[in-house]
Amino acid sequence: MLNFLIRRTVFMFIALWAVTLISFFIINLPEGDYVTAYIAQLQATGSMVDAEEADNLRKFYGLDRPLYIQYFKWMNQIFLDQNLGFSFEYNMPVTEVISERLLLTIVLAIACVIFIWVIAIPFGIISAVKQYSVWDYLFTFLGFVGLAIPDFMIALIAMYLFFVWFDFSPGGLFSPEYVGVPWSWGRVKDLIDHIWIPMVVLGTAGTASLMRITRANLLDELSKPYVITARAKGLSEWRLIMKYPVRLALNPAISLTAYILPYLISGSIIVGVVLSLPTVGPMLVKALVAQDMFLAGGIILLIGFMTVVGTFISDLLLLWVDPRIRLESGGS
Amino acid sequence: MVLSSIGKIFSKKSAPSNSADDVNTIDLATQRQLIWRRFKRHRLGFSASIIVLLFYVAVIFADFLSTAPPVDYAAARGYMPPQPIKFFENGHFMSTCEVTGERNMETFLMEFTENCEDTQGVSFFGKGYEYKLWGIIPTNRHILGMKDETKDPNAWIHLFGTDKQGRDVYSRTMHATRVSLTIGLVGVALSIVFGIFVGAISGYYGGLVDSILQRVIEIIRSVPTIPLYMGLSSAFPEDWTINQIYFMITIIISLFAWTDLARVIRGRFLAMKDEDFVTAARLNGAKTMRIVFVHMLPSFYSHIIAQASLSLPLMIVTETSLSFLGLGLRPPAVSYGVLLKDAQNVQSVANMPWLFIPAIAVILVILALNFMGDGIRDAADPYQEV
Repeated sequence: MLNFLIRRTVFMFIALWAVTLISFFIINLPEGDYVTAYIAQLQATGSMVDAEEADNLRKFYGLDRPLYIQYFKWMNQIFLDQNLGFSFEYNMPVTEVISERLLLTIVLAIACVIFIWVIAIPFGIISAVKQYSVWDYLFTFLGFVGLAIPDFMIALIAMYLFFVWFDFSPGGLFSPEYVGVPWSWGRVKDLIDHIWIPMVVLGTAGTASLMRITRANLLDELSKPYVITARAKGLSEWRLIMKYPVRLALNPAISLTAYILPYLISGSIIVGVVLSLPTVGPMLVKALVAQDMFLAGGIILLIGFMTVVGTFISDLLLLWVDPRIRLESGGS
Repeated sequence: MVLSSIGKIFSKKSAPSNSADDVNTIDLATQRQLIWRRFKRHRLGFSASIIVLLFYVAVIFADFLSTAPPVDYAAARGYMPPQPIKFFENGHFMSTCEVTGERNMETFLMEFTENCEDTQGVSFFGKGYEYKLWGIIPTNRHILGMKDETKDPNAWIHLFGTDKQGRDVYSRTMHATRVSLTIGLVGVALSIVFGIFVGAISGYYGGLVDSILQRVIEIIRSVPTIPLYMGLSSAFPEDWTINQIYFMITIIISLFAWTDLARVIRGRFLAMKDEDFVTAARLNGAKTMRIVFVHMLPSFYSHIIAQASLSLPLMIVTETSLSFLGLGLRPPAVSYGVLLKDAQNVQSVANMPWLFIPAIAVILVILALNFMGDGIRDAADPYQEV
């Protein structure tokens, strides 16, 4: 167990480090640097900056130093001062710009994972227990379609259908009166009222794959001798299925959660744009188009961190649920 | 020469062979024939592959199938509804009504009136706008053409209606199919090269190299890709041509998509590196490259093809998403994502539902590719789970 824990923790830190490298790379990708962008912004508002002042600014921000030193300075800033840099678009520190959007992104991701579990596992169990029934075919077909159609297409179709059938467009996560106000119970309730459309749209693909995995694993378990033994001893069918085979079939379901998390976050960006959600997705697109690189790099860094840590948590969950991993002594 | 023939003998021997007296067609069939037989029995996969084939016919003959140049615009024909083809009217086998548009000065919307008194004849393989087939053969033949050749060849029939700028949605869908589906193919080809390279090194050498490469792959898989693609593609310089952006996007997409393939290939290499025919080749002094590419790789081509056909729809979706966000291909380039951008506004789609036709094409081709890939995988390896 300790071995597994250490391995996953070390791996998490390496992955986090890789994410910082990638984010820094993306920040430095466009031609020109922070000061060029800053000067361009000043010029747009009418003030002029001469070459000497630009050089001074570069020195001040350390942009005349080699890239690896810049990288260390940037990391220092992030971890010591929680400072992700400055956003030109919003004229605010990046952390202030994205804090609420990041929170909502996390809320949406967690809601999605819960949705996927609540829907996929029961349906997967029904599919397996009643194999080749109408339900099995229906769920399998829906699963296939849900898996194949990209999230944002589902979002587009959902928007269209809602508009045509109910004459309202499902955008955003809040009613107008709750946009940009401090948190209150009313606001939380409003969020719950609105979050289900993006949750369902985003969760379809994950639900489909989890359903298929649950079904396949349960089918494997159901044909094993211990099930027949339990049945022969007169255990009620329902208890028998829930107590042993389902428990075993759930383990891959948990490890799959770690696997679908990156897809969920990726999907939430595009779905966020389509449904105009106040998550980090639309902001990332805007920042990239406007070449507001500290904002964009900060968002990429934070959602990367989020995914890696989320994956780590689901690994811990697996450790908790699966005694085989917990009791495993060393080895790979 | 001697070495390779020995390798081939060994690799054939590793396949299960029955005694001479119960030899029948199954036993004599090559690996390829066996896969083909199994694939044909996979009904969903097989019918999906026919749809995929049709889409790739559209890729090859996009110009020929179009009725108007995809970038040809005319404000007077904006948001025109689809024009159906009528059969057996006014002495024509196929014909279409003439549509004229006028702007309603109160609502500022275009209003179109059909004039079916005087229908225009439509014929197969008629003449239309000039183009070069595959960039080489200059011609003006299209699958549908006008009988009356004196009329404007660009403004005659809009099977799927037109978009805001009066561009023909049908022709644009054909060209978008060409762009998006070839991006998928090139991307898959690149990631096959990548995947074979990394997978082969990882699986053949094993040990430390293997675990390092596997950890790298795990890291790549644990990071959400769409934000990375977006970050990378937003850095394209403004003055790049469509072709440059096109190739950079395929490279970016395959930069992260090769991991699935590398995993499959590594698994096969690990399973196979202690087989007799590999040992024999090694003892005969074959170089590592030769063992990998001549002896081992051909024995699991089918797995590579299966995996590649499953990653093809993923690539198409990625390109579509990027272009849809405005960070991939940009107008005047035409791709599925660019077309779907027009369908982003719900109000306009509710009033102009034909703008949604490209979305149906995307869903159709992605579903078909997925079902086909599933069928190929089942046929190539019947023992694999889920």
